[in-house]
Order: sequence, then structure tokens, then C-alpha cells
Amino acid sequence: MQKKYKFQLGSKTYAFENLVEVMAKATPKRSGDELAGVAAISEEERVVAQMLLSEVPLKTFLCEHLVAYEDDEVTRLIVENHDLEAFEPISHLCVGDLRDWLLSDYTSIEMIQDIKMGLTPEMVAAVSKIMRNQDLIIVAKKCEVISSFRNTIGLKNRLSTRLQPNHPTDDVSGIAASILDGLMYGSGDAVIGINPASDNIKQATKLLNLIDEIISKYDIPTQSSVLTHVTNTIEMIEKNAPVDLVFQSIGGTEATNSSFGFNLSILKEAQDAALSLKRGTVGNSVMYFETGQGSSLSANAHHGLDQQTCEVRAYAVARKFNPLLINTVVGFIGPEYLYDGKEITRAGLEDHFCGKLLGLPMGCDICYTNHAQVDQDDMDNLLTLLGVAGCNFIMGIPGSDDIMLNYQTTSFHDALYIRRVLNLRPAPEFEKWLEKMQIFTDTNKFVLNDKMAVGFSNLLKETL
Amino acid sequence: MFLLYSGLIMSDIVVKNDWDVLRKYTAARIGLGRTGISLPTKQTLAFALDHARARDAVYLNLDTNVLEKQLENLEFSTIKLNSKAKNRETYLQRPDLGRELDETSAKLLEKKVYDLVFVIADGLSSRAIHDNAVNFISSLSAKLEADTREWSIAPICIVKQGRVAIGDEIGQRLDAKIVVVLIGERPGLSSPDSLGFYMTWNPQVGLKDSSRNCISNIRSEGLSYDEASNKALYLITKSTELELSGVNLKERSAEEITCRASIEQ
Repeated sequence: MQKKYKFQLGSKTYAFENLVEVMAKATPKRSGDELAGVAAISEEERVVAQMLLSEVPLKTFLCEHLVAYEDDEVTRLIVENHDLEAFEPISHLCVGDLRDWLLSDYTSIEMIQDIKMGLTPEMVAAVSKIMRNQDLIIVAKKCEVISSFRNTIGLKNRLSTRLQPNHPTDDVSGIAASILDGLMYGSGDAVIGINPASDNIKQATKLLNLIDEIISKYDIPTQSSVLTHVTNTIEMIEKNAPVDLVFQSIGGTEATNSSFGFNLSILKEAQDAALSLKRGTVGNSVMYFETGQGSSLSANAHHGLDQQTCEVRAYAVARKFNPLLINTVVGFIGPEYLYDGKEITRAGLEDHFCGKLLGLPMGCDICYTNHAQVDQDDMDNLLTLLGVAGCNFIMGIPGSDDIMLNYQTTSFHDALYIRRVLNLRPAPEFEKWLEKMQIFTDTNKFVLNDKMAVGFSNLLKETL
Repeated sequence: MFLLYSGLIMSDIVVKNDWDVLRKYTAARIGLGRTGISLPTKQTLAFALDHARARDAVYLNLDTNVLEKQLENLEFSTIKLNSKAKNRETYLQRPDLGRELDETSAKLLEKKVYDLVFVIADGLSSRAIHDNAVNFISSLSAKLEADTREWSIAPICIVKQGRVAIGDEIGQRLDAKIVVVLIGERPGLSSPDSLGFYMTWNPQVGLKDSSRNCISNIRSEGLSYDEASNKALYLITKSTELELSGVNLKERSAEEITCRASIEQ
């Protein structure tokens, strides 16, 4: 068969079957693509594929679908939502030109905003593959994405945190203790969100009521979420549970999502149901999505695509449903997908950049498991880089140790570190609350009260 | 008393959290206190130690000779096997290779129709195997012996660089009705030694995880050997009676056996 993509390097001709192969081979090295057998076989082949990719016209992505239109509702979603008018100003560019255009001083923040609906996930994935880490950071920083429910997340020079008070047996006192710990360290403005140990409706409702009571009692300008399956949340809404946000893990192919047990129409149904409750006060973004490179391969649903392209296609799914939060859980999946600190760091920066360019309120679960080649220093590095890049939110858990999911993510302390070194403030509504409750004694310098906040010390006395 | 230049004593430098008393409700690292906004030295090193132990558990070499001797004392013969993953680095990046026997190992297994074969695999924590595997087998084999049913048990297969699904190939080659894989689970920060139990009826290469039943967190500070072997005996008996395992067995058993920490995809 005639190979469609060729590149001449001296006397050697490199040939690639199709755009899928060029994309995969142009991807910076990571174990998951090697596991899938789609990675470049040498460093030289990788750079050749990048050079070739840089010459691919953006228009090509509109006709050469990486996953067939007939087979995949995510492809159909991407095609049907593509805005030709928004695409017009960049329609003459190649992938390499797009990189130059994004980095140029002649390209204003507004111009980037204006083309976002003209970009497909595949175009964004392609350009990210030929960008260095600093490129990913400087462009992401230009893209401000704001979302709101009971507070405003994603404003310039602000960073929010998800308070994640998980417990291995969903013990209510244990979870409440972790929530208190988090609030006392100023965490929880993105969401107070629990991963339940038992995934059923009864349990999820119990936990949701717990967070709802705390939010109501202390009048906290934030939202709750129990990270249960979307169909459970729909049922909880029908039973009048106090649902703020609908959670779902999503992937970039229809087959991935069907392995997760949902399709696009179920997401729509869930969004409509949550909107009908009208629980938001400053905005009505009611969806909370999680993603992560490798999920499609893990579900054997990647159609030969590299894992980063699959990941960016998931953002097309997210974009359709106006999320409050989208969180790439970058180091959770294990070393067979992202082997070490270098690969996790790169993936975190790619995901954040790609999501932001597509107009999504990206956050990152900066995390690792104990069988990956990573430690706290790698996490500090990625946290600092994402802070500089303008990441909307990160996780916050007690002492970095998630005792339910058995992995490590950023702690309440870590969030305060990044606030201090980069002067990143919490969401404005939450910041006022922290001041009112005397949790911070100096909100400008992020100084915590040495004494326990009065309103909460009474609670502590009652508990004991 | 050691005075700092400002006249503060060290106990003033590190801010203690009044709510640390709530630790009685959770093993989460709450109320750690702080110096500035950072973790106090004591806490940061305590975390480093836990992580170091978990990392060591992943890289600890499985001592098959010691295991062999311990199992001999329980009157079990053993067969030592290797997966296609040659070393830890490959094992961690290529789960597919950890699911297959290498050529030499495959030749060591002869068909002989057993009720049950135990496979012990290092998985992601050799420490879990060293600390718990023999104790668990000792507890379970006593219960199998006391059972009204006669169980024919194959020699115990000890596998280096093995994943759960390697049990399928072993069971198929030996023609065993049930394979039980005991494997080191992914180490948690506070549980570097957690042993997993995976049972599969009629093991065949290519089976999915939905055809297995699992007991997790078997270790001295988790699920006790006695409790775990009771559950195991129940599963093995039910599986033999109903001639199935996995989701279907779970649905048909009165007792809910949950499996949270699957180490396989």
C-alpha cells in the first residue's frame, strides 16, 4: 500500500501509513505508547514525525478523521461542533504555523479566545506534540478560563483546590475530620469532593448530605460532589438529594466511554437534571469531569491512537457540557502508561495546555503511585510548573496521603506553598469567607491563624 | 532551653493543630501542624520513610529458596517459574509480559487434573509475599484438610515477575479446576505488605478480570489470615459447587465479597 506521509532526511526516506501513525510517532516518549506498540522506534524517527506533523495543514484534520465518523460518537461530536467561522483566521496554517501563531506577540489573548471553537482536539494534540514544556506553559498562561457555581474559579492569579477527604470505609466521622483539617488550611474552593469506597446510591447520598450540612451550616461559598457514576447521580437527583455537581470520568472514544458505562445522551440527561435544581448562586456550570492519559488503551478502546490524542478528544466531550471543573488525574494510572517523573510532568503540562486552549477550566491531580519512578520532589516540580502555567485548581488532601485510593497527591500544605511563591489567591468569594472565619489572619500573605478559628473550635469541643 | 535569636523557643516555631485529636477517627494524616505553611521536619521525614518502604517493597527480590523451604515444612512441593518480563523495569512497563510464562517455565508444567493450584507471584510487593503468603496458605490448607471434600492440590507454583493473569496459563497447563493466585498488591503508603487473593474457575488464557473473585488486604494489620482463609474456603467451595467464578459467582453468593484494589487492568 502506498504510504501517505513521507519525509526525506538525507538519503533516508521515512514513510508513515496515515495521520494516526504520524501523530503517535511524533508524541514525546512515554511508556503507554510503547505498551500499545504505536511509539516511534528511535529518537530520530520521533523528531522526523514531528517535522512531518509540523507541515500538516490544519484543514487536513477536518477531512482525515483519526477515528471513523461512523464508528464513534466522539468523532461525530467533534465534527458537528466544529465552527468554521471561528476556524477561518487560522484555516491557512499548518501545525507548525499554529505553534508560531500561538506564541507570537501579534496574537492577542482575545484572538486565541476567538478561534477556540474552530480548533478540534486533534489539531490541539498535534501542536502540543511539537511544543516544549515552556511553550505549553506560556500559551496556557494566556488562556484564561473562568467557570462558576457558588464561587468564581479560574480568574487570573487565583488557584482553587478540591478538598478530597476520602476514607477507606466511608466513615462519616473520619471524613468530617479530614474536611475540618482542609478548611482550617484554607482548602476546598473548587469543590469538597469525596471518592466513595462503596459505589452505591445509599452511600453516596449519605456522604452528599454530610458535605451539604457542613456547607450550609458554615455558609461556605463552595460546592459538593460525591464522585459516583453519572447514572447514580441522576437517580439521586430524582430522589431529591442535594446534588451540586454531576461527576463522571470520561474518555476520548465512544468505546472508552461505553466501558465507563455511559454515552453522550446520558451526560446530557444528567446535566439537565442538575440544572433543574438551580443550586448555583453565581453560575450554572454543574459538571465535574475527570480524565487521564492511558484510559482508552486500558479499556482497549484506543483505535491505534496514541494516549495523548485520546486524552485531548475527551476534552471535546467535556466542552459540550460546560463543566465547572475538569481534572486530569495525571499520575494515577501507573508506570505502564507514564513511567517516571519526567513523563508525568510532560503529560500534566500537555493536558493543561490542551484543555485551556480548547476553553476548558483545567485542573490537575498532581499525583503518583508507589510503583512509579516518582517522589515528592517530582510533585513539587510539576506543582510549581502548573502554578506558573495558570492551572485552575489542584487537589488538597491531608499530608498528601489518600488512604482510600492508595496514592499520593498534593496536600493542603502544598497548596499554601504555591500560593506563597506565586501569589495565587483562592476564589474571591472563598477568600472573603476565609477572612471572615479568621482562618487566615492575613489573606494577602496567606498567613494562617495560629489558633483554631473560633467557629470551629466550638465544633471540636462538641465532637470530643 | 535553646533560644532562637528572636527569643522564640522551638515549640513556638512549629504550630500544632488543636484538632489533631481527631486522628482517632481516621488514619488520614490530619492535624500535622506546620512551620510557616510547610510540613514540620518530623512529619516530612515520617512521610519519606513510608514512601521509601513502599518503594523498597516494589523492588525487593522475591526469595524463592526461602519460600520453597517454608512450603516444604507444610509438606507442599513447589515449582519455580518465571514470566516473560526479565526484570522489574520491564515488568512495570509491560504488564502483558508479566501475564505469560517464559518458554523454560512453560515446559515445566504437565497436565494432571487437579482440583486446585496455588500460584504465588511477587506482583508489586515481594514483601507482601514474604510476610504473608506462607501464613495464609498454612491457615487455608488446614481448613481444606478438615473439609469433608477431598481436595487434590497441585504443587505450589512460585512465579517471579508475575501478574494475576499468569495463573490462567498455569491452571490451563496443569489442567486445574481452580487457580488461586496469591500476589503482592500495589503498596500503599501505610500498607507496603498487602497480599491479594484471586480465584478463577476453569482457568484459560485470555480470561477477563470479571471472571475472578478477589480478597484484598490480607496482612497482619489488615484482614487476618483466619478471616481471609474462611472467605477463601467459602469461595473455593462455592465455585466448585456452581462450576463458575467471578461476577456470576458474586451475584449468586449470599456473602458479598468485594474487591477494591485490583492490581490488574
